Amino acid sequence: MATPTAVDVVMPQMGVSVSEGTITKWLKQEGEEIQADEPLLEISTDKVDTEVPSPGSGVVQQILAQEGETVPVGQRIAVIGAAGAEVAEETPPAPATQDAAAEANAAASAETQIPTDQGVEEPVPAAVEPQRAEEQPAPPPAPAQEPVDDGATNGKSFVSPVVARIASEHGVDVSQVPGTGRGGRVTKKDILGFVESGGQAAPAPAQPEAQPQAAAPAAPPEAPATPQQPAAPTPPPSQPAPAAQAPQPAAEAQPGESEEPMTAMRKGIAEHMRRSLDTSAHVTSAIEIDMSRVVAIREKLKPEYQKGYGVNPTYLIFVARAVVETLRDYPWINGEIRGDKIVTRNYANLGFAVELADGKGLIVPVVKHAEGLNLLGMAQAVTDIAERARNKQLTPDEVQGGTFTITNPGGYGTFHGTPVISQPQAAILGTYAVVKRPWVIQDELGKDVIAIRPIMNLTLTYDHRLVDGALAGRFLQSLQQKLETWGESDY
Amino acid sequence: MPELTYLQAISDGLRGEMRRDKRVFVIGEDVGVYGGAFKVTLGFQEEFGPWRVLDAPLAETAIVGGCTGAAIMGLRPVAEMQFADFISCGWDHLVTVAAKQFYRAGTPVPIVVRLPSGGGFSGGPFHSQNPESSFAHIAGLKIVCPATPEDAKGLLISAIEDPNPVLYFEHKHLYRRIKSEVPEERYTTPFGKARVHREGEDITVVTWGAMVYTADEAAQQLEQDDVSVEILDLRTIIPWDRQAVLESAKKTSKVMVLHEDTRTGGFGAEIAATISEEAFEHLDAPIKRIAAPDTPVPFSPPLEKAFIPQVEDVAAGLRELAEY
Repeated sequence: MATPTAVDVVMPQMGVSVSEGTITKWLKQEGEEIQADEPLLEISTDKVDTEVPSPGSGVVQQILAQEGETVPVGQRIAVIGAAGAEVAEETPPAPATQDAAAEANAAASAETQIPTDQGVEEPVPAAVEPQRAEEQPAPPPAPAQEPVDDGATNGKSFVSPVVARIASEHGVDVSQVPGTGRGGRVTKKDILGFVESGGQAAPAPAQPEAQPQAAAPAAPPEAPATPQQPAAPTPPPSQPAPAAQAPQPAAEAQPGESEEPMTAMRKGIAEHMRRSLDTSAHVTSAIEIDMSRVVAIREKLKPEYQKGYGVNPTYLIFVARAVVETLRDYPWINGEIRGDKIVTRNYANLGFAVELADGKGLIVPVVKHAEGLNLLGMAQAVTDIAERARNKQLTPDEVQGGTFTITNPGGYGTFHGTPVISQPQAAILGTYAVVKRPWVIQDELGKDVIAIRPIMNLTLTYDHRLVDGALAGRFLQSLQQKLETWGESDY
Repeated sequence: MPELTYLQAISDGLRGEMRRDKRVFVIGEDVGVYGGAFKVTLGFQEEFGPWRVLDAPLAETAIVGGCTGAAIMGLRPVAEMQFADFISCGWDHLVTVAAKQFYRAGTPVPIVVRLPSGGGFSGGPFHSQNPESSFAHIAGLKIVCPATPEDAKGLLISAIEDPNPVLYFEHKHLYRRIKSEVPEERYTTPFGKARVHREGEDITVVTWGAMVYTADEAAQQLEQDDVSVEILDLRTIIPWDRQAVLESAKKTSKVMVLHEDTRTGGFGAEIAATISEEAFEHLDAPIKRIAAPDTPVPFSPPLEKAFIPQVEDVAAGLRELAEY
């Protein structure tokens, strides 16, 4: 269906931590027709490179940001207009409606009505036009003004429910916030702007929540990188005064060194890693798992899975299944610290760290509602997202909303690590190489014997603010038990 | 996809269901030989015969009562009130019997009553009302108010499928004025799922029926002042999409409820009350209601314009909210 009115295309939110995106390519130019959901442009953000589908059908009326430009999430980057409206309105909807507005204000003459009729004709039942003309002599704004004055009397002192809530959540003194509402009232926008700008007037001891924001200035490391990109026409997005960082960028490449620009993804990773370490109290515990049963069952399932479904029952899949089962009993490990609250959930969205080709980056696609998947379902889901992550086909939805993450650096034989938590989650599980090791077990007589067993190390890196060491230990033990006693029919 | 008017989309959905399901039949005043007062069932009697397209006497009680009985016996009646206003004659059958039969006796009453409603053409007090709120208060009835041709078809099919009595309010002002692409194939539009008619950040307008277009025009005016207005078209009043309304209210923190029905006890009051109960701490301004005054619908054209909320009224209300 044709979009009845102009639709704005905005820079989409590609991940919780992502605040801006770079336009890499416009797939449609101004004046071209486009259908809803047809790819309109390609963007690159620090998490995902992806195509952005058109939010409506019609004609690309205006492109407001050029290729190479970096714009904040939510900013208008294009306008899709009604299919019929096309090029004449390329200097877009504004004229038509401006006429209408001008007309309304300036008790229109007969001539100005003609353009109005044309301009508004599209979505409007024609019968409405004459009414407007009749109503102009008596401008309706009049009644609206009275309450404005009334409001002024209590304007400054009245705090609306939403403003009160935001103020208490952020520990802001509302009287310190400049108000732009009726009679100087502080509006929601006012206080949100105040909080976002770091609450200039609030030098009071920063609330815990303020920290993530305080981390934002840590972004200036981007500043040095940008100037070195010769072709980048983008001014570094509003970096107030990163004076402290100033000395670093001065360093230039020395003989024998070479430079390359940091990709948006690398900058994003850098910022997130630093911020995570600044936010959570990272502690790592490790456990050794005897994978004998999993190895045996995996051997059995492998041909069936490969032939029937084209997927591989990797060790990772078994671990992921066991993790989902275990998380159910440890809600805090699947939880999050949000402000001064602890959030837990009745579902598990599992993130999987996926390496992109040549070590050029890392992305963490999320399998949503993993608690609803059996072993095969998990294998299919993980195969699918990993493949699409490598082919850059993930949608923004698929890289956010994770509640727990698994990273698997064991592919290269490493047996231990201390990964960094993906914020705002509470923990991350590392899986390592399965190695044959001499292992002390008990024989049927209860005597100790040495056997050769496939052993895998697991690490849980957790946020000690929320998760105590004993809890982490019990979680790992419970995970160990599930994996070591995996039954034929468990899936 | 073919472009259909709102009226053609209703016909299209109804015809399709009659072809598909022999239990579906139509009954109403002048729906047969004459094709209906608004020609929704034009050609139906030729195609389906006089036993499935029944001309009824001028007795809404008999129409709704007959439908209730037929539904209990297993048919899927679709009744047409010539004007929604006349439904009051069928109140007893609808409210006392049809709405409560399943609760009382366990027998479903899958009837649809089509109700051409709304003003804007000087129809006077008997041919212009939007009585949806009166029935929203009756447990056991479902209430549908499509605003677009696509929804008109999809919601009608859902209404016929639904095992409950459904009141289907079709707005006369939209019949031939609104035209858009409608899928040819059969599809259903779910009840209780609002449609975002226009996305915005600063103010939410919750509305339905013809007022969706009034709100949209007002929103275009506000866009000039850099105020972005979100319009939620509820599509169905019972059940209504509380979640979508609450989410949008939480996003914008300023809400206008707009309807063509009169103000006191109008369904907008229910919406406003729910928002203040469940999203109070997200509000940045009082919830604003724009509705018709508490009078019968006037016949005189200037008075009728003063009665039905106009674009300028809505725009003024939106400005007030924006400036609050």
